[in-house]
Amino acid sequence: MAKVKVKRKSTFIDMTAMSDVTVLLLTFFMLTSTFIQKEPVTVSTPGSVSEIKIPETDILQILIDPQGKVFMGLDKQEDRVAVLEKVGEEYGIEFTPEEKNKFRLANSFGVPISQMKAFLALSEDEQDATLKDLGIPTDSTDNQFKSWVRNARLQNRDLRIAIKADQTTPYPKIKTIMTSLQDIRENRYNLITSLKSISTDEE
Amino acid sequence: MAEIQESSKGGSKQKKFTVRVDFTPMVDMNMLLITFFMLCTSLSKPQTMEISMPTNDKVSEEEQTKVQESRAITILLGGDDKVYYYFGTPNYEDYTSLKETTYQADGLRAVLLDRNKDVVAKINDLKKQMLDEKITEDQFKAEAAEIKKDKAAPVVMIKGTDESSYKNLIDALDEMQICNISKYAIVDITEGDEFLLENLAKAGELTKNIDR
Repeated sequence: MAKVKVKRKSTFIDMTAMSDVTVLLLTFFMLTSTFIQKEPVTVSTPGSVSEIKIPETDILQILIDPQGKVFMGLDKQEDRVAVLEKVGEEYGIEFTPEEKNKFRLANSFGVPISQMKAFLALSEDEQDATLKDLGIPTDSTDNQFKSWVRNARLQNRDLRIAIKADQTTPYPKIKTIMTSLQDIRENRYNLITSLKSISTDEE
Repeated sequence: MAEIQESSKGGSKQKKFTVRVDFTPMVDMNMLLITFFMLCTSLSKPQTMEISMPTNDKVSEEEQTKVQESRAITILLGGDDKVYYYFGTPNYEDYTSLKETTYQADGLRAVLLDRNKDVVAKINDLKKQMLDEKITEDQFKAEAAEIKKDKAAPVVMIKGTDESSYKNLIDALDEMQICNISKYAIVDITEGDEFLLENLAKAGELTKNIDR
C-alpha cells in the first residue's frame, strides 16, 4: 500500500496586514485623544446642546461634587506655585520649597489653607485618599475660595473659569459659588457639560 | 524571528531568498498600546456653556433695565425635576397663574417657542437659506444676532429653588439656546415666588391668608 503522505503545511500566518491595522489604530488614538486628568472626585456632568468646546489652556477648573465640596485645578504648573504663595501670604503661612514642589505636581487641590502644610507632608497615595474628604471652604465667614480665584486671576489675566459640577448637586451649592464669583467680579465663566443631542427637532 | 526560506529549484543556479519577518510580536505590542490609550485617554472634549452674570455693583433706579411685563417670563425650577412658569407679574390671589410643566420637548420648550415664535420663525427661515447655500455661515450668524435683538422678544428670568439641582439649571439654560432666547438671567428666588409655589401645591388654600 502506498503511504499517505501528509503534507506538512507551515502554520506561519502573515501578520503584516494586521500590524498595519494596529499601527493605524494606534496613531488614531494617539492623535485624537487627550489624557484623562486625575480628579479627586468623579462627577458626571449634565448634558447640554451647547457645542462650544472648552479651550485647552488657561483654564481654572472649579470642581463641585454632589455634596457641594469644592476643588480647583489650574493647568499651568508655574501658576499653581505662584497662587499658593500668594494665598499663603494672605493667611500668614509660608511654604518650604519642597512643599511648593509637591503642590506644583498635584493636578487639583482643595484643602483648607490651615491644613495645607499637613496635607502636603503626606505621601501621594495618602493625599489622594484624604483629598476627597476635604475641599475649599466657601462659607461666608471664611471664604477661601474667593481668595484662591482672586489670586489665580491676578497671576494670569487670560484665565478662564470653568465650573464642572455634578448633575445632582443641589442648586444652593451652585448659587454659593456663583455669588462668590460675583463678589469678586468674575462675571463670565463657563459651565462644563457633556454633549447631548436634541431628541426632538426644534419645531 | 525572521525567516529566510530557501527555495531552490533544480535547474537554476541562482538561489532565491524570500525574506519573511514575523510580525506577531509587533502586533502584540501594538494591541497593548492601543488598549492603554483607550483606557487612559478620553476622546471627547467636554462641551461648555458660556454665561455672563450681572455684576453685584449697586445700580441706581434709573439705570436698571425694566422689563416690559408682556415680555417677561419667569421660570421657577422646582424639586423632583418639576418646572413652573408665569408670564409678567403673577396674580398672587389666583394660584393657577403659576403653571407647571416639564423639561420635555412638549413642556417648557413648547411654551417658550410659542412666546418667541416671531424670532424662531425668522431664524428658521434664515437657516433654510443657509442650507440652500444662498448665504454664508458668517452672514447667517450676523443676521441671526440682529434678529435676536428684536425689542419684542421675550426676556426670561430663571429662578432656582433650594430643591432644584444643577442639572435643572443646565436644562433650563439649554432651552434658552434651543428656543433662540437672547435675553435671560439667573435671578434669586423671591418670597412671592415661594408663596406661589406653595399655594399651587396646596391648590389655592393659602389665598385667603393674603392681607389685603
